[in-house]
Amino acid sequence: MNSLVAGISTLSLARWQFAVTTVFHFLFVPLTIGLGLLVAVLQTAAYRTKDLAYDRMTKFFGKLFLVNFAIGVVTGIVQEFQFGMDWSRYSVFVGNIFGAPLAIEGLLAFFMESTFLGIWIFGRGRVSQRVHLFSIWMASLGTILSAAFIVAANSWMQHPVGYTIDPKTHQAVMTNFWAVMTNSTFIAAYGHVLASAFLTGAVFMLAIAAWHLRKGHDLGGFAKAARIAIVVTVLAAVATMFLGDSQAKQMTKQQPMKMAAAEALYNTTTGASFSLLTIGDLSGNAVFQVRLPHLLSVLATNSWNGKVEGINQLQKQYEKQYGPGSYVPMIWLTYWSFRIMVGLGILLFALGGAALWLVRKRRLEKSPRFLRFATWMVLAPFLANSFGWIFTEIGRQPWVVYGLLKTSNATSPISPGYVATSLIGFTAIYTLLAIVEIGLMLRIAKVPPAIETPEEADRAPELIY
Amino acid sequence: MLAIQQLSPSGLDQLWFYLIGVLWLGYFFLEGFDFGVGTLLPFVSRDDVDRRVVINTIGPVWDGNEVWLLTAGGATFAAFPQWYATVFSGFYLALFVILAALIFRGMAFEFRHRSDDPGWIRWWDRALFWGSALPALLWGVAFADFVHGVPIGANYTWTGTFFDLVKPYALLGGLSTLLLFTLHGATYLGLKSDGDVRVRAQAMATRLAPLTFIVVTAFLAWTYQTAHTNHRIGLVPPLLPIVGLLALAAVGWLARELLEGWAFIATAVVIVAFFSTLLLNLYPNVLVSSLGANYNLTIAAAASHRYTLEVMSWVALAFTPFVLLYQSWTYWIFKKRVSRPSETPAESSTTSA
Ligand code: HDD
Ligand code: HEM
Ligand code: HEM
Repeated sequence: MNSLVAGISTLSLARWQFAVTTVFHFLFVPLTIGLGLLVAVLQTAAYRTKDLAYDRMTKFFGKLFLVNFAIGVVTGIVQEFQFGMDWSRYSVFVGNIFGAPLAIEGLLAFFMESTFLGIWIFGRGRVSQRVHLFSIWMASLGTILSAAFIVAANSWMQHPVGYTIDPKTHQAVMTNFWAVMTNSTFIAAYGHVLASAFLTGAVFMLAIAAWHLRKGHDLGGFAKAARIAIVVTVLAAVATMFLGDSQAKQMTKQQPMKMAAAEALYNTTTGASFSLLTIGDLSGNAVFQVRLPHLLSVLATNSWNGKVEGINQLQKQYEKQYGPGSYVPMIWLTYWSFRIMVGLGILLFALGGAALWLVRKRRLEKSPRFLRFATWMVLAPFLANSFGWIFTEIGRQPWVVYGLLKTSNATSPISPGYVATSLIGFTAIYTLLAIVEIGLMLRIAKVPPAIETPEEADRAPELIY
Repeated sequence: MLAIQQLSPSGLDQLWFYLIGVLWLGYFFLEGFDFGVGTLLPFVSRDDVDRRVVINTIGPVWDGNEVWLLTAGGATFAAFPQWYATVFSGFYLALFVILAALIFRGMAFEFRHRSDDPGWIRWWDRALFWGSALPALLWGVAFADFVHGVPIGANYTWTGTFFDLVKPYALLGGLSTLLLFTLHGATYLGLKSDGDVRVRAQAMATRLAPLTFIVVTAFLAWTYQTAHTNHRIGLVPPLLPIVGLLALAAVGWLARELLEGWAFIATAVVIVAFFSTLLLNLYPNVLVSSLGANYNLTIAAAASHRYTLEVMSWVALAFTPFVLLYQSWTYWIFKKRVSRPSETPAESSTTSA
């Protein structure tokens, strides 16, 4: 093993391993957060109206939610420990600060999610309907809380606040917990992440409802689900775009290099334009570009002729500030991941808007081409989420903690063979999980719900698992 | 000020050493029976319905139990960053195996009943068995290693290989926890299931108890021996392991006499006494170096600064009561024994939605 990977460093293996496991975890997380809330909404509608159509939809989407939740949980366990495994020098450096939200997340959020979800899964027909409804809301609240703490931890890495450096141990030491939890970066990112999670849940629900509407299954139920999903899609898409835009302005102030990299802008420009796409290379001599004038300045600074700093100038400034080395992230990846995310955001807003229009014209059920399109759009939010994180994390490089610790100084002092073993191992396991999960999801999603009488609907199966 | 802190653990450092100890105890007490139930799955069931009865005894609670581990991990990260960093990078491959096992086990709960295909079900049954038995063994190996010492050099850097983790003492520790958790699972099943499964679980407990007693006694004796040769205080306090062994001696008898509640309490006491003994024996270190006492990672050296610990203490004080309250509430809600559905006396199985 060691000879096989002799040429590859612990650093690059650890980066790959973190990227693989984290992106995989975050495929499922937004769906858990978004669908959790939507299932709670469906169940509330069922409880209030006593309409069995809502009850069927609660059970139908609840099943998908649970299968998804399971993968979120098991991949999350790996996240909790891999900081210590692969990034031990990072862990020692940030533990005083980063560890606190992580521990609080466990105590406040994970206990809540898992315990109340247990009650929800096993409680139907055993606890009162009110307690059953309460348990799904508590589980949903748990997922929303858990996102808060982990995004706060991540935001501290993007923009460290409320700390000093201990001169003796060279650790970052917390001086103000409140500052960490009210970090401006966190407030902005949390809103954007939550909105995009709700968008993910809504588009997922819309896509599946659209498929069944096209097949003519349970029109009563899926038409209702589709309407809820469409409203949430529109609202969440607007919120995602709006909050993403304000995040961009903050990012330009706090991490100007990330914004420069997002546009592949080499020289400081006022009234900078935004390129929709580039053909050729991104080193400043593109073959072909479509440019929207002034848009980058507006996105970055909120003013028509605002000044956006360029990569070359920033590089010079950082060399002076932090010493020699490259401070430029992978341009092609930041450039394209940003465009994919934003483009998909706009596309999803258009999807929601069009669906809303069809509903108002009473034509949604009669538009098979649109319904088919809506089903395929299920892929979009997952891609946007992944590229959002890829942009955020790659754009921060070479720093792991912005301005304080470089990624190259953060790894564990272990041989690449270990990391290669776990990289291969986790990749293999996750690939297997993905295949099983997607197969199972497709199977469950295609079976229309059974029509039940009120008594049947409320009966508890004797064995659940 | 700093110099003093390096020498002796301050009050808060100590408090957090004990609190993290409590989190691990909670984890092993709760997930201990989950592991045991998973390990016993093939041995106490005759058909698929039996297996589902077994799995459903822990169905609503296993995930909540696992969160004790996540909280222990997070709290270690926050309160003792150096401990978290050294242990998880040093015990790399062992931890990888534990994580992989926990992944498959967690999936099994949610996936197993989603299809009637016997091949599918058999696959997840295996995942449940191995996913329970392997961590049950490896956690014991790891905790024994903490006490016995592993090659930690300057800057608390791991200098050993995987084979430094699997010394005879540690393996005996692993065997002890595997047996203990399995026994704990058997007494839990005796308490929570009904019908044939309950009878078989009791028989299992009666049969496993003597073997477990021998192995655990041998392990604790060896621990005592180690403590002395390391010139530490010795087993402190000596009452703990003795109480544990007495409880363990009683388990077989309690199970045979069908005193199920007491049998479960007894295995719980053994687990708490067992891990308290190990953790207290570690004090004032969190990790013993086999390369010499001056490389030991002490509580004081591993701990976070005062402010972090204060924040964490307030958070723990404010929220732990709620967690304990609603977790106990779930056990109360699902207090009924799980039994075979009345309509399925024979081999047939029904797959629920
Ligand atoms: C924005 C949200 C978000 C982000 C960025 C992350 N997670 Fe996550 N995580 C969740 C939101 C979430 C969740 C919604 O709460 C999950 C998803 C599915 C689930 O069951 O809970 C979850 C599950 C989950 C679990 C299992 C909890 C359980 O057993 O109930 C752990 C240990 C972690 N996560 C840890 C992490 C770590 C260490 C991350 C950083 C690298 C991380 N997560 C990124
Ligand atoms: C159309 C408008 C959008 C804009 C202007 C936008 C803007 C941004 C910006 C500037 C960041 C980086 C923040 C930083 O590094 O500090 C970001 C990150 C992110 N975006 Fe978007 N985004 C948009 C759409 C979307 C959509 C549609 C999704 C998903 C459905 C999404 C999901 C994410 C995620 C998960 C992150 C990483 C977490 C974070 O840093 O907040 N974004 N977005
Ligand atoms: C909220 C928690 C976090 C999330 C959701 C997250 C997300 C991501 C994502 C999506 C990537 C993808 C990069 C790629 O595909 O190459 C990434 C990369 C990375 N992340 Fe994070 N991250 C988080 C926290 C952390 C932490 C705590 C560390 C600390 C070590 C970290 C270090 C890295 C590193 C080293 C990479 C690889 C960068 C590269 O390949 O250039 N991230 N992260």
